[in-house]
Amino acid sequence: MTTRAVYVIVLREFKRFFRQRGRFVTTLARPLIWLFIVGAGFTKIIDESEHGSYMQFILPGIIGMTILFSSVFSTISVVWDREFGFLREMLVAPISRLTIVVGKLISGTILSLFQGLALMIVAPFLGIEIGVLQIFWMAILISLVAFSLTAFGLFIAARLTSLEGFNVIMNFIVLPMFFLSGALYPIDTLPDPLRWLTHLNPLTYGVDSFKHVLLKGGETLGPEFSLLTDVLVVSTFALVMTFFSAKAFEKS
Amino acid sequence: MIELLDLKKNYNSVEAVRGVTLNVEAGETFALLGPNGAGKTTVINILCTLLRASSGVAKVNSFDCTVNPEGVRKSIGLVFQEVTLDNELTAYENLKFHCYLYNMDSALTEARITEMLGVVGLLDKAKDLVKTFSGGMKRRLEIVRGLLHRPKVLFLDEPTLGLDPQTRSRVWEFIAELKAKEGSTVFMTTHYMDEAEVCDRIAVIDNGKIIACDSPAALKSSLKGDTVYLRTGEDAKARIELKEKFLLEVKDTENGLAFIVEKGAEFIPVLFKELSVPVLSVSVKRPTLDDVFLHLTGKEIRDSKQVEKNNRRGRS
Repeated sequence: MTTRAVYVIVLREFKRFFRQRGRFVTTLARPLIWLFIVGAGFTKIIDESEHGSYMQFILPGIIGMTILFSSVFSTISVVWDREFGFLREMLVAPISRLTIVVGKLISGTILSLFQGLALMIVAPFLGIEIGVLQIFWMAILISLVAFSLTAFGLFIAARLTSLEGFNVIMNFIVLPMFFLSGALYPIDTLPDPLRWLTHLNPLTYGVDSFKHVLLKGGETLGPEFSLLTDVLVVSTFALVMTFFSAKAFEKS
Repeated sequence: MIELLDLKKNYNSVEAVRGVTLNVEAGETFALLGPNGAGKTTVINILCTLLRASSGVAKVNSFDCTVNPEGVRKSIGLVFQEVTLDNELTAYENLKFHCYLYNMDSALTEARITEMLGVVGLLDKAKDLVKTFSGGMKRRLEIVRGLLHRPKVLFLDEPTLGLDPQTRSRVWEFIAELKAKEGSTVFMTTHYMDEAEVCDRIAVIDNGKIIACDSPAALKSSLKGDTVYLRTGEDAKARIELKEKFLLEVKDTENGLAFIVEKGAEFIPVLFKELSVPVLSVSVKRPTLDDVFLHLTGKEIRDSKQVEKNNRRGRS
């Protein structure tokens, strides 16, 4: 594996990201729409004096959503490259398949990290106090979660040969993952079958780890697992997915 | 430079390549000629390590394609049938990306990129996004990219497919120019006869087997002779005379008669002397590779082009 090859694969993804204006605007606008429209709507039906601020509660969830979409959809470039032939340029180059996987993992993670961190700008407006320490911890946790989700996306993208297939699968996986992650409502209040599903969803633990940093504990609207559990589950998921996506690429 | 020994490739139960043996010398321009589905692309894909052979040996630059794919990949450049450029990047960026993938010395890459873009006349387009390029420009850029890392062998898989005749001939000029400059071995597949004719040697492949392999001139001379086209004042009488005096088998064509003789040019003076009817026009056609292909496979290569067009339409 050569570092120069990894570097140039990452650089290419960055250039493509910033050149596609539409993609850039969507990734910035989507979380704000969720936050201020959905958030404002639900705030009205929640007794905030008892449970804590709803807008504050969903910020970690919206950050989780942003990196979920960003990470998973960054892997669409694999399908895109396959459809438009560019993947062959990489497959016949004297680099290993692992180099391509690592390049895509790093670019997906960094792009998500930027978008996740950018969202923290709204935190003070929601009454969340943010210092250097919070930003530091969030950067680490976002990177970890983004990495695991990019690996997950790559695992799926490695098997897909058409953009239509990608959209179908992603919508059936990504949207349920988001809704069942405790991003919009506390897990404990869900009916049993749904609650079990959220416990199986790795994103739940990612979002929960963000809640540890951004929310004060003790209220109904707060973190529900221990930070250690969160980090262990997400790390395990990241390792397993990296392994399988590398395997999937080796075959293709 | 390229060695194939009894190469076979099966897709499930379909035999795509059925025992191909070939040797291509360093510096040679070699064409693999055949109709669609003959196994051309399969052979190229095995040679460039994108596919694994079912059995047999494939070696490039004395590296075995199965045992040492890394060594093979370092030795080759590729131009595929379809475009494999990144449309969202500029011409320069596409080439730069390639330099990094092939781990080229960065001190040399800038000069190399400028030089190569200059050869194909794309220097002033270096900073333009590839999506604004025409089909011919993309092809030229891809060919340059394939040669950027100074490969020992350049593979061209139908390099002029889908280009108009003018662009095709320009692309060939560039390939010839680049080849003269770089001295690489060129291995290409095509079903354009006129393109195959510029090669040093041609292998004709049909149904996964090599049915002939020689220089274009030798392949042509394997045919019995030249075709003579004749127009006279009295075709009916001319035909009888040709049959009686020269024992020729004469065919009717749209405007006149046609027959095959061993040495067309030498036959014409004899013809004038012996024929009693006035000759309006006469022409001699040397055999083309089209004729060779027809002779070897019993199929016209144009038919297969038509089939391919229909397939495309069916797919889209």
